[in-house]
Amino acid sequence: MNRLPRWLLVALAIGPVTGLAIFYAWPFVTLLAEAVTATAITDTLSRRSTWEIVWFTVWQAVVSTVATIVVGLAPAYVLARFDFRGRTVLVGLLTAMFVLPTVVMGAAFLALLPDSIDRTVWAVIGAHVVFNLAVVVRVVGSLWEHLPTDMEAAAATLGASRWKVATQISMPLVRPAVTAAATIVFLFTFTSYGVIRILGAPGTRTIEVEVWRRATQLGDVGGAAVLALLQLAALVAIVSWSTVAQRRHARAIGLLATSARRRPRTSGEYRFVALIAGAALLVVAAPLAALVLRSFSTPTGWSTTAWTDLGESEIRPGIRLGIDPVEAVVNSLTNAAWATAFAVIVGALASLAIVAAGRAGRALDGGLMLPLATSAVTIGFGMLITFDTAPFDWRASWWLVPVGHALIAVPFVVRTCVGVLRSVDPALVGAAETLGASPVRAWRATVVPYLWRPLAVGAALAASISLGEFGATSFLSRSGGETMPIAIEQLLGRTGSVLQAQGFVLATLLAAATVVLVVIVERLQSPLAGRAGR
Amino acid sequence: MSSRVTPSSRNSSLRGIAAATVVALIVVACGSDDDSATTESTGIPTADSVTLVTYDSFPEADTSLNDALDSFTADTGIDVEILSAGDTGTMLAKASLTAGNPEGDVMWGIDNTLLSRAIADDVFEPYIAGPIADGSVEIAPEFLDLVPNGEATPVDYGDVCVNYDIEWYAERGLDPPSSFADLVDPAYAGQLVVQNPATSSPGLVFLLATIHEYGVEGWQNYWSQLGANGVEVVDSWTQAYYERFTWAGGGPTPMVVSYGSSPPAEVIFADPPRDDAPTGVIEDTCFRQVEFAGVLRGTDAPDAARQLVDFLVSDEFQRELPLNLFVYPTNQAVDLPQQFVDFAVVPDTPRSLDPAVIDAERSTWIDEWTELVLG
Repeated sequence: MNRLPRWLLVALAIGPVTGLAIFYAWPFVTLLAEAVTATAITDTLSRRSTWEIVWFTVWQAVVSTVATIVVGLAPAYVLARFDFRGRTVLVGLLTAMFVLPTVVMGAAFLALLPDSIDRTVWAVIGAHVVFNLAVVVRVVGSLWEHLPTDMEAAAATLGASRWKVATQISMPLVRPAVTAAATIVFLFTFTSYGVIRILGAPGTRTIEVEVWRRATQLGDVGGAAVLALLQLAALVAIVSWSTVAQRRHARAIGLLATSARRRPRTSGEYRFVALIAGAALLVVAAPLAALVLRSFSTPTGWSTTAWTDLGESEIRPGIRLGIDPVEAVVNSLTNAAWATAFAVIVGALASLAIVAAGRAGRALDGGLMLPLATSAVTIGFGMLITFDTAPFDWRASWWLVPVGHALIAVPFVVRTCVGVLRSVDPALVGAAETLGASPVRAWRATVVPYLWRPLAVGAALAASISLGEFGATSFLSRSGGETMPIAIEQLLGRTGSVLQAQGFVLATLLAAATVVLVVIVERLQSPLAGRAGR
Repeated sequence: MSSRVTPSSRNSSLRGIAAATVVALIVVACGSDDDSATTESTGIPTADSVTLVTYDSFPEADTSLNDALDSFTADTGIDVEILSAGDTGTMLAKASLTAGNPEGDVMWGIDNTLLSRAIADDVFEPYIAGPIADGSVEIAPEFLDLVPNGEATPVDYGDVCVNYDIEWYAERGLDPPSSFADLVDPAYAGQLVVQNPATSSPGLVFLLATIHEYGVEGWQNYWSQLGANGVEVVDSWTQAYYERFTWAGGGPTPMVVSYGSSPPAEVIFADPPRDDAPTGVIEDTCFRQVEFAGVLRGTDAPDAARQLVDFLVSDEFQRELPLNLFVYPTNQAVDLPQQFVDFAVVPDTPRSLDPAVIDAERSTWIDEWTELVLG
């Protein structure tokens, strides 16, 4: 497929490349330049709080990761090994939790926990665990599901207890998957931002939160830049280490082509499955239920006031705090529409270019993935301090927030599309050419038509990412242009019960919108996924 | 495998892609088109409208203060949009990050503790209200001394003091505290809510008051004691006063950092009406605060912005300040309302610090305070 004329490849790639250069590379360079001043570095590194924040960031991530693995292994096992009614629903629910916007997860835990612990690190860790359960269930579960059961059966036959089988046979076999899941969870919790902005006390700060605080509250741009780079360096180190470690520990296991799932047989198995599945369901459903309930809760009892009077955020005659929940919904929808359009256009062009262009295509692919590896906070912060001088002063432009969202969404569009495009049978192109079509015509008739369906999936993903995006938006949105996640954080930061209830209303709406989009993605994707043989 | 998919074939796809490329180029790559420079967040770029950026306790509608602004609109044809941007610290941080491409045209509420930072960050286009410059409005020279180069216009002043709920203490037979030292007494544990000095100007002023009392070496120890005594910290004055304070917010905390002029507000807005103040002021804690209005650098409507600043010092607007923002007008021709004279507390010698010292030490102090109190 590498026979497309060069002009076409250039035409396809130039948009994505330019966009990446302007909105990712340039802000990144600005950030570096901002941080590399001697005073910013020495000030930051000599500040005691810097190291306390680093320490907090690390330990809460470690504790969250360990807790997630511990809590997640049993459901991962049950969901991988047993068939039971409601299994699909439970997997779906767990996955839905994983894709919920961070502020919604924070809000759900705020709603669930009693006041005495809802702004502590334990609330944060609890939210991290529920958030990331799906990672363990999916990553470890997918291995467990295809792991031959004969070794376990043999051990049991030889008289090993259930516990012994689990610890001595099963665990060593799934360890690579556990390590992989732990790495993913650690990365997510290490860069946690939205959950902590909602659930953390003022003193509970990860590096990510401190970048935001220094830049937007204290006006210490240099110090914030140093911290952003410090975090990026840590991320690179962790990812490199885990890549090496996984390669070293890789081992060959004969996996089954089909699933090893079966219905529980003994009454003990039934009870075990029911207990674990029930507990998992409770852990996932309780925060969501609490979220919805709290949106109906007022000091005088149950009421739909917060829903019906969503536009009334007055706390005193005339004093509205500048938060308008209804306007936030409108802003979010507008931003999401544009972000989706940008992400789909750029993602489509990039995917076609990546598939058609060989090595250069792989470079473009890698480049477009970079924003995903960079934290959203870093992206938003970089854009804010880059586009502030004429003629590139774009801080007030309506499209800056959607472009930031698109930057984060493009990797998802590309991943969805490239896989499908790569699976197009090259024989089709050959056949078209044999029948006399020019290379461009053959490409157009055979490859391009496959783009539309994955693009629809990508569009739904992009929309859900934009709706829930909080990190970059917390830097880029201007007063009056607040999106739903920003408004949720502001409303829940207040103690007035009406404002809190309104925050929960917005969080409920956002959760519902996300779930709908995820369902659309699954619907669009499932027949396709089946066809691609995954 | 996948060769059997039936795609929705489109013959015009190449043309579509070409068009999409062009669109992507225009939208994503280019940007120096008409959207970038002029439009502001309100979406109303004409000179017939100015946006007044202010702290979140400034009423947006329905008060006599807003009526006064409406009369400005009636006289000049200039609409005034009010944009609420959090408490003053947050508002200034945003203004610094948007300096040159501001969120509005005029900013109300930067105070003497933050003014030097606003000036250093080039937030304002220097402007002293015309009526003050030409002498038709008289203000105290000490206020003008704060802006030697005409950077901004002094519009109001007041004293930041600890307020307490008189009834709450009476019910418990407890005398309210009368000094900074009392606030760390275990008898008053968990009874004070303050604002974060990084985000809130009264919070910063209160921190400065403690520094004035205990000195640059002693305040840290005092705050450790306050922390041990259960002081609560919130981000903004509205949150502290209207959400946490027992009297005004139905909250759990009977003392709050507020203003010497807060008690008259509680009399005026009391429901049912009352003729005594339900809240008291600890005079010993009062620190003088002066607030400024300025034209934001980079405004699209500099003339209209200056006209608005001129109006902000006029008798017509200044006389509404006491009962709406609970501060004193800088315009000396304005008479104070009777309730204000009766119930506001004006300390004989309010605390203050040299602006140069505040400027030099502010960020260090805020950093130290954050480490000490928020951990």
